[in-house]
Amino acid sequence: MGKLICRFWLVSCCLLLNAIAFAQDKPEMADVMRSNGKIYVVVAVCLTILIGLFIYVFIVDRKVSRLEKENR
Amino acid sequence: MKKSWWKILSFVLLIYTIVGGFLLDVPHLFILNETIRNLYFHVCMWFAMMILFSISFVYSIKYLRGFNLRNDIFAHQFAAVGSFLGILGYATGTIWASYTWVTDQSQSLGSILKEPKLIGAAIALLIYGAYFVLRGSFTDIDKRARVSAVYNIFAFAMLFPSIWIIPRLVGSLHPGAPGSDSGNPALNFKDIDSRLRMVFYPAIIGWTLLGVWIATLKIRLQLIKDKSLING
Repeated sequence: MGKLICRFWLVSCCLLLNAIAFAQDKPEMADVMRSNGKIYVVVAVCLTILIGLFIYVFIVDRKVSRLEKENR
Repeated sequence: MKKSWWKILSFVLLIYTIVGGFLLDVPHLFILNETIRNLYFHVCMWFAMMILFSISFVYSIKYLRGFNLRNDIFAHQFAAVGSFLGILGYATGTIWASYTWVTDQSQSLGSILKEPKLIGAAIALLIYGAYFVLRGSFTDIDKRARVSAVYNIFAFAMLFPSIWIIPRLVGSLHPGAPGSDSGNPALNFKDIDSRLRMVFYPAIIGWTLLGVWIATLKIRLQLIKDKSLING
């Protein structure tokens, strides 16, 4: 988990530098949101949903496997 | 859990899709702004749907060659999951369009409702909806399998004109229409930015594998249910 947070910070620093480098004369992007770090909230929410979804599918998969074994 | 390497691959690719899709740099475009990231989600739904419908189509042909009910179950469930992904693609497209198409000066809700891509996609999904209605209306299992297999081939043949060809012949706001100078925006190597491609292709594979996984679960359940009908 610590490693993950480290990597998040690394990416965020890179993006911050990027935002400073391309400041003007560009369409407005979510640079502010990123410098606040709040895009990670969205990432965390989406990851939670995705992981939850996968856990659910995994459990159903195991249940089906058990049913298959019983029916054999 | 059997043959699970591709399930893990799907998981890893989708984690990468979300992390990379939100955090990696994307081309800076007017009107679209950050919504270009929807490419990893909205467009992938349609790609996964196309792939699942293609698999369903193949199984329908296989059914008609040998009349093995197993193939009919495969065709049915792949079409079911494909339709589900199609509905998700349609819903996400609605949200995306309402924030990027309406902002354009000349566009209003009225012109969006006349949008050929939307109508085409709706027709395609309704044709597949009729496939399930047709299946449900038969009591005889063999007749149901045979008629719905033939209908599935027709539905697949209608899919291409309605979602790919017709919207590109007439004007459309959707990328890929004449007027916007892109041929096939998702597949053209010169058109799509390499930064987008880096997440986009893994995302297609990830979402498709997830769809296939869910479809195989439904198939296995159906096979258990219909065990007495299927011999071998």
